[in-house]
Amino acid sequence: MTPTPLLTYTLRLADNALVLGHRLSEWTAHAPTLEEEIALANLALDLVGQARMLYDYAAKIEGKGRREDDFAFLRDDRAFLNVLLVEQPNGDFAATMVRQLFFAAYAQPFYAALAGSKDETLAAIGAKAEKEMAYHLRHAGEWVIRLGDGTEESHARAKAALDDLVIYIDELFEVDAGDRALIEAGIAVDPAKIRPAFDKALGEILDEATLALPKVSHAHRGGREGLHSEHLGPMLAEMQVLHRAHPGAEW
Amino acid sequence: MSEAAMPLYEVFIRPKAGLSHKHVGSLHAADDDMALNMARDVYTRRAEGVSIWVVQSKLIAASDPVDKDMLFEPTASKVYRHPTFYDIPEEVGHM
Repeated sequence: MTPTPLLTYTLRLADNALVLGHRLSEWTAHAPTLEEEIALANLALDLVGQARMLYDYAAKIEGKGRREDDFAFLRDDRAFLNVLLVEQPNGDFAATMVRQLFFAAYAQPFYAALAGSKDETLAAIGAKAEKEMAYHLRHAGEWVIRLGDGTEESHARAKAALDDLVIYIDELFEVDAGDRALIEAGIAVDPAKIRPAFDKALGEILDEATLALPKVSHAHRGGREGLHSEHLGPMLAEMQVLHRAHPGAEW
Repeated sequence: MSEAAMPLYEVFIRPKAGLSHKHVGSLHAADDDMALNMARDVYTRRAEGVSIWVVQSKLIAASDPVDKDMLFEPTASKVYRHPTFYDIPEEVGHM
């Protein structure tokens, strides 16, 4: 049986949150300053919290007795439906902040709109997540401004991150037939409607950072159908190893 | 990270409306806006506050510990300055 559009929709949101949350958690004990280390862990926990609520809802929609941990730890990369942006490696601090800026500039207006969904659970998750993502946008935006408008080296690193990651933006705004049906039913968010907010927020921050979004002729896509870059598999292997080695482990 | 690039800030948090800001610690940040973000992330993770002040540590003028006796010792014998002889009605709350 193929999953319903609502299950696919919810899993895509959950996978985006979990994969990006895990990526940020990889900075723990490696961040440039103690303060930023705590900040990154906070952001990671926001995202993992969102993922848990979404997996919990996905489990209810599916109704086959799977639980949030089953979705997070017992699926292989082809079953993950996150966009390619969130699985990209942390790189240097500039790359992590540009990745976070792209995602937050999308997720903040996205969850604000989802708060108006006719699906009560998604609406409640949207209302909570919107506040968290508003802070992620401020945090990442302030950093990108300071990196871009900082030293020669920080500018060069921020520019390199934009060059590397710009190709993953358009996938955030993709819509398939299942999404379209949910949008028409008032359940899903129409990404076309939040694109202007994304472009505006990003444009203002990059202007202040003395940076510009490079023009690209193509966008990378496929994550939403489970076709991932080479980076997701190794990340999942590390994330899942404990649960797979000790099924049902708790602490 | 050099002190010039990331100066030290002192952080003050108001735990809830009606109470005063209280010093909670210090941190390094690139500038005022970043210091506020950092203070939020480092010192309000467990819902400790509703308002944050940050100020660069170097901007605070502090009394010298050497002057402790001169500044504070004379007040020790002046108990009449403490308004402890009044009955405070419950409704007044924090004084």
